[in-house]
Amino acid sequence: MESMEIAGKLQERFPDEVLDICDFHGQVGVVVRRDMIVDILRWLKEGADLKMDHLMDLCGVDNKQRPGKGLLRLEVVYNLYSIELRHSIRIRAQVPENDATIDTVTTLWTGADWHERECWDLMGISFNGHPDMRRILLPDDWVGHPLRKEYPLKGSVEWSGLEKLKNKVVQLQEYDLSDGTLRTGAK
Amino acid sequence: MTRPISKTIEVPVADGEQYSLKMGPQHPATHGVLRVDLDLDGETILKCTPHVGYLHRGFDKIAEHRTYAQGVILSDRLDYIAAMANNVGYCVAVEKLFGISVPLRAKYIRTIVCEMSRIASHLLWLATHALDIGAMTVFLYCFREREVMLDLFEELCGARLTFSYPRIGGVRQDVTRHFIEVLQQFIIEFPKNIEEYETLIDTNRIWLKRTLGIGVLSAEEALSLGLTGACLRGSGVDYDIRKHRPYDAYDLVDFEVPTANEGDIYARYRCRMEEMRQSARIIQQCIDQLPPGPIVGDDAPDLVMPLHGNRKTEAGSTTYGNGLIKFLEENGEFPIGDTYVSTEVPKGELGFYFISDGSGRPYRMHVRSPSFIHIGALPALTEGSMIADLIANIGTLDVVLGGCDR
Repeated sequence: MESMEIAGKLQERFPDEVLDICDFHGQVGVVVRRDMIVDILRWLKEGADLKMDHLMDLCGVDNKQRPGKGLLRLEVVYNLYSIELRHSIRIRAQVPENDATIDTVTTLWTGADWHERECWDLMGISFNGHPDMRRILLPDDWVGHPLRKEYPLKGSVEWSGLEKLKNKVVQLQEYDLSDGTLRTGAK
Repeated sequence: MTRPISKTIEVPVADGEQYSLKMGPQHPATHGVLRVDLDLDGETILKCTPHVGYLHRGFDKIAEHRTYAQGVILSDRLDYIAAMANNVGYCVAVEKLFGISVPLRAKYIRTIVCEMSRIASHLLWLATHALDIGAMTVFLYCFREREVMLDLFEELCGARLTFSYPRIGGVRQDVTRHFIEVLQQFIIEFPKNIEEYETLIDTNRIWLKRTLGIGVLSAEEALSLGLTGACLRGSGVDYDIRKHRPYDAYDLVDFEVPTANEGDIYARYRCRMEEMRQSARIIQQCIDQLPPGPIVGDDAPDLVMPLHGNRKTEAGSTTYGNGLIKFLEENGEFPIGDTYVSTEVPKGELGFYFISDGSGRPYRMHVRSPSFIHIGALPALTEGSMIADLIANIGTLDVVLGGCDR
């Protein structure tokens, strides 16, 4: 099925949820509200003529400086593909800044687990009902979410755990691993 | 004064026979800096928690502050075992975003280097995976052939691991006659080499005992976990992006996509071995069909390294990169929109999601890395199995931590 046709059917099925449909180089993105995101994705995944069974990508986007009308501050992008029917679509769920949460889709795809953790870690969008909402790439005590637009590329302060880590490296240097004895003269 | 090293290793003991063990991040069998926290009951894994991020370099963030051409260099550092395939994936994605066409010769050359990269990556995978499991002989045989690939890459672009050889809209340099001759010779001999590995492995009882029926995933599980590449095809799902959404010259050559239905480690091994044979087939066809012509498109923004005769502006004026100035002159404006384009790299599906806001730099770039998703599947594969199978399972997922952590 053509992506535009799927988008049309989606709008027919969820008229209140679909905000916009955009087409760029043959790839169709559907901008939706976040409230019924799980229902929308389940409908796409389980519909007999849709069968979007492969979640190719899930990521967060910060819309702060992005041109476009009616976009909220954040969005979560789902790229879906049907392996059997070979069609794809993109769903863009809008998330407000003051309540940056959205329902988890780990109930539909277990593989969404790490995608969502990454999205929380780097973009600061929290997922309701996620089994293990922790940071994944950055250390647990990291402050801020680096992919937000206001986050600087180069900061002025070091990560708080760095000194601790350096001390540990110095401590470990006193061990000579070749024969398990203390290295003489090491500090 | 002496102090035994064992004093620094603490094994916290939980109640009864259960205990927890931290494996990695410096462990030879974790293929990089992967840490796995294990809760064990005897030798059975009760809970497996992988920790990643030790190699995180913030590619998504860096890319937002670089031009599109500068991003090619970032893509090298993703999966450094098969950097050429990443480069091509990145370039294909940017070409889709800008609507740039690539000349036919460049498409063929890219297909050749992609498949060479697949062979090199699979050889390294086979060598280390077999070494981890206990089939040690095959290691040096694989490295013997991989060396030929790396030498060829070196001849082609001067680098052996991080190439940055493809350009947006083409490739950097043309292939030489010597390159084609050596490659041709290699391709003729390579199927015999694969047979040699199979002789070494398929009759090895340790190998068979540790792979047959271990790490089994059904097709539904593998799909739900988001696995791609040989890991998905080993479970019987016929999904190969080279066939589903062809890029470069893949729709011009004839090849098969091997699948297996068992879904265990041995099935994935069979898929990858067969893939190497198909790669050799693809390269042979590309060499035979290689057309003459330019290697970079006229409308290509060859940004950082302008080619001879294609140099439009001074090298110093690189606000957008040279080629993008040309692009601006011709089109009036940069496109505003978003694209997700994925390619089949040796590990699976590598996707680039770009948002362009018309500024000449990516507004947002997200890398869908196969290694990241595959490590996420590790608990599902290992929980309930023996600790020794963890090593086999890490090997069979074929992960590279540079690609995982980005």
